[in-house]
Amino acid sequence: MKPWKPDIDRKMVFKSVREYPPMAVSLYTMMFNKTGTWRTVRPVINYEKCVYCLMCWKFCPEPAIYLEPIEVKGKERMKPIIDYDYCKGCMICAEECPVKAIEGVEEER
Amino acid sequence: MRKVLMGNHALSYGATLSRVQVIAAYPITPQTQVVELLSEIVADGKLKAKFIRVESEHSAMAACIGASAAGARAFTATSAQGLALMHEMLHWAVGARTPIVLGNINRAMAPPWTIWTEQNDSLSQRDTGWMQVYCQNNQEVLDSVIQAYKVSERVLLPTMIVLDAFVLSHTYEVVDIPEQEKVDEYLPPYNPPYKLDPDEPHAFGGLTGPDGYFELRYIIEKAMEESREVWRETGKEFGEVFGREYGLTEEYKTGDAEFLIVASATIASTARVAVDVMREKGKKVGLLRIRVIRPFPFDEVRECLKGRKKVLVIDRNVSFGFGGIFYQEVKSAMYNEEHRPPIFGIITGLGGRDVRVEDIMEMVEDVERREKPEDIIWKGVRV
Amino acid sequence: MRLPLPEREVMTPGHLACQGCGAALTMRLALKALGPRTVLSIPACCWSVIDGPFPHSTVNVPLFHTAFETAASTASGIRAAFEILGKEDVNVVAWAGDGGTYDIGIQALSGAAERNDNIIYICYDNEAYMNTGIQRSAATPLGAWTTTTPVKHPKSEPKKDMVSILAAHRIPYIATATIAYPEDLVRKLERAKETKGTKFILILSPCPPGWKTRPEDTVKLSRLAVQSRVFPLLEIENGEKWILNMNIKKPVPVVEYLKLQGRFRHLKEEDIQRIQEYVDKEWERILKRCGLA
Repeated sequence: MKPWKPDIDRKMVFKSVREYPPMAVSLYTMMFNKTGTWRTVRPVINYEKCVYCLMCWKFCPEPAIYLEPIEVKGKERMKPIIDYDYCKGCMICAEECPVKAIEGVEEER
Repeated sequence: MRKVLMGNHALSYGATLSRVQVIAAYPITPQTQVVELLSEIVADGKLKAKFIRVESEHSAMAACIGASAAGARAFTATSAQGLALMHEMLHWAVGARTPIVLGNINRAMAPPWTIWTEQNDSLSQRDTGWMQVYCQNNQEVLDSVIQAYKVSERVLLPTMIVLDAFVLSHTYEVVDIPEQEKVDEYLPPYNPPYKLDPDEPHAFGGLTGPDGYFELRYIIEKAMEESREVWRETGKEFGEVFGREYGLTEEYKTGDAEFLIVASATIASTARVAVDVMREKGKKVGLLRIRVIRPFPFDEVRECLKGRKKVLVIDRNVSFGFGGIFYQEVKSAMYNEEHRPPIFGIITGLGGRDVRVEDIMEMVEDVERREKPEDIIWKGVRV
Repeated sequence: MRLPLPEREVMTPGHLACQGCGAALTMRLALKALGPRTVLSIPACCWSVIDGPFPHSTVNVPLFHTAFETAASTASGIRAAFEILGKEDVNVVAWAGDGGTYDIGIQALSGAAERNDNIIYICYDNEAYMNTGIQRSAATPLGAWTTTTPVKHPKSEPKKDMVSILAAHRIPYIATATIAYPEDLVRKLERAKETKGTKFILILSPCPPGWKTRPEDTVKLSRLAVQSRVFPLLEIENGEKWILNMNIKKPVPVVEYLKLQGRFRHLKEEDIQRIQEYVDKEWERILKRCGLA
């Protein structure tokens, strides 16, 4: 399950001064900001090759990779899943993957 | 309980009675006794507070802001160069809406090195959004600290309690020290609407563009405007609880006065004696003391000045290239009024030069002789 | 199953960091270690922007944005307040960039360290004023290009030795870490959490736009900095006991680290040689201090 959930779908702009808190205090997360639109290259995990070492998950700066428990050959494993709503396409995951299981696919715009 | 206290210790007692929780301060003459006594009180366990002996005034204000944002009542004291060094953080305290109380001992700015009184240090911070209280005696110093926390925490703006170097800071006067229980009743614990709390995480002061900043400044101005009534109300309540009432201004023998002196701080105390002497000689003179300059007491000043024959504003400060700062404020407050009197401004007593009763009487005589106000009149320069 | 790092994500995505930002990964890893009972005091730095605009925030812990030179002093005030209010279980963290630490914030940091205030000071070091557009700081390394050290006059002084300055304060715990070694980074922050007094953690955080590097190389560069002995992984107890966490016996030549970075592209062979010599000399010094020479 994704450990994050958007609380608001757009940047909050108060319509009236009466809605303001007394100081610039945050009331919402940044999850309205779907940084996936920044991406020019999409990292795609080839689960056939994946060895579940979690390097991609460890090094994601967003974070835009989360984990789901699965069974692989009778063993408990964590499967890394990329959240394309937020993945900026930095490709650190692909670069760090020791078995080259992550491929870069050009985004079409 | 009545005690003989120096002005600096009146600040310390005011802070102690207000049960401040974090004190962060750096020494500067003539403020040192404020924090010396407080560090002793804290070390003796008589006040449950943390005393941070910071390495500069800039850090003192930063630490107070952090403490206040985390939900603690914070206090500091400084003077002149120290206040100037704090300048950036004075703005920060206002924008962050942290109701800190700061004791500032009015000292003239260097160079040349000097330690004697003048109001330029605090008046240079006039536009930061701090409320400013100019005290005339040590009793008022102590009382104002307590009142300031009440007002500040209600409107979420910080307050500067200002007293003259040496004339008050190092002068001993009899001061009535209120009972702690009564202070506790008057001043409830500090509980801000938003604070740094892991159970309710918020970011404070994040990047704000033109679509948001403007309103936040409007809200500060509204808080400042609201504070006028809060100062009046809590000053009246102070009178009911402690027997000493405070307003934004104070009038003395103004009823039938044709000539009005406007002054602040200890010059106002001296002017009061001058008024008595001149009254004995048959002059219809009165005094308006401005206690709080931010928020500016428009109603009180306009009401008191209208219809007078002449008004003299005495300033122990100067805005170079313009004139006395209280003078410019009073003048501008009257500009749109009907029946506005001619208003004269005199600059005197800079760098702690003594301002005596006779000096004030001479100023009045000087203004009486003049037909038209001038932009700037100096009194006491050796020519 | 056992994960190499705490699974919890305190920080959420959607923040404003550039692609492949080292500082963003540093925060994510740090918050994994520190947990939600953490308060951040953040001065002017990239993170003043990364966290997002009012009324939004990405970190999910209380964060106080403060003035450039006041990360440590604001944190000291927060800590004092929590002590009085009985909130002892909160990590009070000053989180500053290299400019806010090596340069403008060093006075407040030295003050807090001398008082041994109970705070964790984390400097995420990207070796220049990146938020203002890549200007030289005292943390900028020898030979590097920045917008104020142009290629005709690249930085002629080596990086300030911040770790030794802090060690001279005899604070209980100092560590260096970097994002290529997240387990080491998390372990060090967990140790900092358990230690009373001032803790200083220096975390090398590569910056693709500032270093002129490819975003995907961020972690690789962090690893090369360690493997080439440019950035030794250290722990220092009480300013006296120096521990080298990774003794790099067969170092990668410094040129391997430099050549991936556009900010060093102007260097001639003799410049690179000079940097290699400097790195070798510094390593000898570190070995001596760690009792390994």
